[in-house]
Amino acid sequence: MKKTVFDFWVGLFVAIGFLAILFLALKAGNMSSFSFSKTYTIVASFDNIGGLKPRAPIKSAGVVVGRVAAIEFDDQNYLARVVFNLDERYRFPKDTSAKILTSGILGEQYIGLEAGGDAQYLAEGGKITQTQSAMVLESLISQFLYNKAADSGQNSSPEKK
Amino acid sequence: MRNFLADRITDLGTFVRVNVASIGHAAKMFVVMLGRSSILFKRFRLVADQIFFLGNYSFVIIAVSGLFVGFVLGLQGYYTLNKYGSEQALGLLVALSLTRELGPVVTALLFAGRAGTSLTAEIGLMKAGEQLSAMEMMAVDPITRVLVPRLWGGIIAMPLLAAIFSALGIVGGYLVGVVLIGVDSGAFWSQMQGGVDVIKDIGNGVVKSVVFGIAVTFIALYQGYESKATPEGVSLATTRTVVISSLTVLALDFLLTAVMFST
Repeated sequence: MKKTVFDFWVGLFVAIGFLAILFLALKAGNMSSFSFSKTYTIVASFDNIGGLKPRAPIKSAGVVVGRVAAIEFDDQNYLARVVFNLDERYRFPKDTSAKILTSGILGEQYIGLEAGGDAQYLAEGGKITQTQSAMVLESLISQFLYNKAADSGQNSSPEKK
Repeated sequence: MRNFLADRITDLGTFVRVNVASIGHAAKMFVVMLGRSSILFKRFRLVADQIFFLGNYSFVIIAVSGLFVGFVLGLQGYYTLNKYGSEQALGLLVALSLTRELGPVVTALLFAGRAGTSLTAEIGLMKAGEQLSAMEMMAVDPITRVLVPRLWGGIIAMPLLAAIFSALGIVGGYLVGVVLIGVDSGAFWSQMQGGVDVIKDIGNGVVKSVVFGIAVTFIALYQGYESKATPEGVSLATTRTVVISSLTVLALDFLLTAVMFST
């Protein structure tokens, strides 16, 4: 096939285009931190997941160790069933506890794992039994107001008498 | 009175029929062009020439526009984010608005103006100069030989141009945000990498730009091929290319955004 002078410029253009896509994927996106390593699945039930979303990070000591794979409602015990994908490199004791936490005041919600002291490790399909639900602002506020009202009731009642 | 009413209704009927027929004609033409696309593999030289003509020649305008859109996004984004004390999110704002919306859409609009018009004018003049008829006389199919390589050239060039636009836009946002204003460089990139999803944001942006590439190139080719073989006809067709493809890009963008990002 005869090569023309165009070929160089066409090749250069296509190469720059692909470089741009690569730049977007690696520099702007999270492809570089995307782990293709194998994962294992763990299940946990929560009373309330708040605003947790699938693909939210799972962190232990602040380091991302996995991602939330799925969130579903269990109508047997009326709890939220959250499926975790944990990186196979990291193993956690059986009595590890899971909390739903918020990064910053208004940030995204994520799951924090706190390792326990059990000698046995969680395996594929294992279940985390100790869980702590998401902090729901409304219930916190109502609790605060309720306590406040109870306090002021106690304080003011002797004065009236 | 009755005749007047009947005439108006007839006019309306004709209007609808002509428009529906022209949409159908364009769709049939598109299917014909796809059906004769095997030339893409047999004689890639023709397509490569069109990538050169459509892509390389649009490179400068796309690159400069991308850079300047990035500059402006950096300035405007900083102004708004600074009010909420979250100027570290500038990288995320610039990257998301470029990859999801501005990259594909602005590139498609510029591509329609830069490359679409030249396609329409070229095909229209070929038709006016009876070159297309001459090809048919020589048993060369003008759709396969002239239109199909241009269509595929546009489809290949457009996503690459959109990616270049977005990448340079992010560089522009970096230059203004970090170098000029002084947002923390680490936060700029880490917020961006934390918030931009490769499949959901960048992948869908690429899908958008492919769809826009098909739409803009096809509209330009169709307008050229169907233009009246006169100087006025070609100029009218060129104008229509820009108007129709710009509106189509914006309408398609709304539909695609609704489908891709609604959840």
